[in-house]
Amino acid sequence: MGVVQLRGNEKQTKSSSSASSLILRIVLLAVFDVFAVWFIMRAFTNEAFLLVFFMGVIALLFNVVFLRESFYPVRWMSVGYMFMILFVIYPILFTIFIAFTNFGDGHLLTQDQAITQLQKELYLPEEGEAFGWTAFRTEGGDYALWLIDANGDPFLAKPGEPLVPGVAGENGVGELDSNNIPDSIDGYSKLNTLLAASDENLPNILFGEEGATIQVRSPSEAAQLKPLYAYDAESDTLTDQETGRVFTAVQGTYTSIDGQELIPGFRANVGFENFTRFFTSSSLRGPLVRIIIWNFAFATLSVLTTFAMGLVVALIYNDPDFPFKKLIRTLLLIPYTIPPLITIIIWRGMMNPELGVINNFLQAAIGFSPPWLNDAGWARLAILIVNLWLGYPYFMLITSGALQSIPKDIYSAAEVDGASAWQQFWKITLPLLLVSVGPLLVASFTFNFNNFGLIFLFIAGGPPIAGASTRAGHTDILISYVYNLAFAGGRGADYGLASAITIVIFIIVGTITLFQFRYTQMWEEVGENV
Amino acid sequence: MSSSAIDTTPQKQDGGFFDKLRNSKSFRYRVSVGIRLIIALFLIFFSVFPVIWVFSASINPIATLAGQTLIPENASFANYTELFSSEVFPYWRWFWNSIKIASISTVLSLSITTLAAYAFSRFRFQGRTNMLKVILLIQVFPGLLAIVAVFLMISDLGDIIPFFGLDTHAGLILVYMGGAMGINIWLMKGFFDTIPRAIDESAMVDGASHWQIFTRLLLPLMRPILIVIGILSFIGTYGDFILARVLLKSTEQYTLMVGLQIFTAGQFAQKWGQFSAGALIGALPIMIIYLSLQDYIVGGLTTGAVKG
Repeated sequence: MGVVQLRGNEKQTKSSSSASSLILRIVLLAVFDVFAVWFIMRAFTNEAFLLVFFMGVIALLFNVVFLRESFYPVRWMSVGYMFMILFVIYPILFTIFIAFTNFGDGHLLTQDQAITQLQKELYLPEEGEAFGWTAFRTEGGDYALWLIDANGDPFLAKPGEPLVPGVAGENGVGELDSNNIPDSIDGYSKLNTLLAASDENLPNILFGEEGATIQVRSPSEAAQLKPLYAYDAESDTLTDQETGRVFTAVQGTYTSIDGQELIPGFRANVGFENFTRFFTSSSLRGPLVRIIIWNFAFATLSVLTTFAMGLVVALIYNDPDFPFKKLIRTLLLIPYTIPPLITIIIWRGMMNPELGVINNFLQAAIGFSPPWLNDAGWARLAILIVNLWLGYPYFMLITSGALQSIPKDIYSAAEVDGASAWQQFWKITLPLLLVSVGPLLVASFTFNFNNFGLIFLFIAGGPPIAGASTRAGHTDILISYVYNLAFAGGRGADYGLASAITIVIFIIVGTITLFQFRYTQMWEEVGENV
Repeated sequence: MSSSAIDTTPQKQDGGFFDKLRNSKSFRYRVSVGIRLIIALFLIFFSVFPVIWVFSASINPIATLAGQTLIPENASFANYTELFSSEVFPYWRWFWNSIKIASISTVLSLSITTLAAYAFSRFRFQGRTNMLKVILLIQVFPGLLAIVAVFLMISDLGDIIPFFGLDTHAGLILVYMGGAMGINIWLMKGFFDTIPRAIDESAMVDGASHWQIFTRLLLPLMRPILIVIGILSFIGTYGDFILARVLLKSTEQYTLMVGLQIFTAGQFAQKWGQFSAGALIGALPIMIIYLSLQDYIVGGLTTGAVKG
């Protein structure tokens, strides 16, 4: 039957593309291609090569899919795939790529950019071409330098401006004396030797234009600054011209033999270094073990509590004749209708240890005010309570629907056999329920495993774990720890390690998801359905 | 009475008058309903209290967290007027931004999802199951770091077409479209699968094209699931703050969630009353949609669940 359908379907697919729809298709495709070419050219001039690449791939796929009849079904999803490639697949590939690099603070540049930046660093050579100098100063504290080179030729130098030959009458230069030094420069007054030598600013001022700056080296000499590092492309080393130290590139940082490192470093492939650090680094292990344990506990407990409460509520009101049934359900649904961000912030306010309503009430009622935000255990409990509030209405809805689908005669049969209500629940209701709700429990687990919004908005991972080498808190789960590593700053962003952890998380939740399908036979259903 | 099926009151074996009473069906039923009503009151209290509390805060002229009492003295709408007239927090602007972005995203992503789900349900082609698997597996990838890549891409895109750049709503909507090929495809495909193919086939015999079958025959039948997925996706977009916060920079462009989150940074306890007013109004659209269409949503969610 299925095979016959399949064949018939294909034939009809072909016949369904009439002449007019063919023309329309070709015209639209041509318009798209014109746009794509224009876009790629613009992207190319902007040096946005990633966009060039992705737009190219997308344009190619579009043309293949819309011209070849055998790709007819894919046409229906082409736009969706375009957005998926751009904003889902590419970012995932990006994360995977970053996981194998040292990308992060101090390693943000490419190697070329880092070398260029290092080559901008200058030093004042102790020897080499020198000028005799005379300093001038304005009332406002601007300086100018009158230089005389080895040949006796004079120059006028001001900060940030190119050197000009010193000629009397030009640039406000007055008459030159016998030493080729002017008596005055318009707006400037000459500093005598003593004043110049004792001037604190003068040795720090860079005269002349950038790249060829001149600095005062001694009371008698000024000299042009030279690049501190000489780059040798062949051996990929930088040599410090002042000390003679040689720096070689080691995992994204130019390092000398005695361990000195040059800043900035650059992005480099570090292989599995980030993963090794994740699993073995002793400074990370302390907080990480705690975070992982709490992560699993949090996700498991969240699912169990929300499911249990949702189920109990659904069971209690699973009675068509129950009075006010609709009203009760509507009121119980309210938590589900409020955007989580708002809910979480409201609870944060209510659980404020000094000012919140819950603590005021508890203080008055039992004389104890739980330190929800400052103590690790209480903070965890608070998070579970908030998540329970957020999550149970969903399971109430789902389970009350699923309960309806359990055939009633099973219960009648059980009653005849003398099963108590308790037995009926454990032996009939729960197992049958789990068959249909099971996948949603797993989905809820994977969602909560990465429930960044809750942890971040409610408590930002706090209270902090004392003595952790990176920023980590007692309620941090892996994904909020990743956020700390990558964006929160403090001790410097480490995108490489953060990406590596992201991939570890993906492997964990991905495996769980795949397992689920294995046991619920969802894949088979996909294949055989209809 | 189906109550006997899921009777949670434990059965005891006593003797005498009370035993008789207990074993009388109508009496037991009334007691159980009474107990359940009391439980319901507690549950409702748990569920509704934060909302009442926030409402009370919003009409309390003492706008701080510390000064709040359940029934405020001198209740007034001062917090509301203050919030709506604030120059620093363009509340209605944020509100409008959120509604606009969520509506456009919902319509667009619903179109993408429905088209793809139709193909997944009605055609048999190579790689079909694998595509469905990949779509689902991708959903569990933690996208937090991927935001860096999205940010860079939108920034590059804005250099070419400024309309879609950083700090634009169009750019943000574009990124939301990336999620259109997601878990909703499964839900929607499941619903398509429940519509008998005999309907399509008879139409095909009459010479209808796939496009005609899709738009004229199946879409009207899909109305319930379209409403459910539409609402879910509206809620998701409306409530998002991570992507919006990364991509939108200027106060004018913020969505409500970003605005409210920024609002609470800093001296949170001092602005409690205003935050409450803003949060309550912000939650209202979804609450209204949800509660008025709850039968639809419950139906849609549970069919999805029961189908597994």
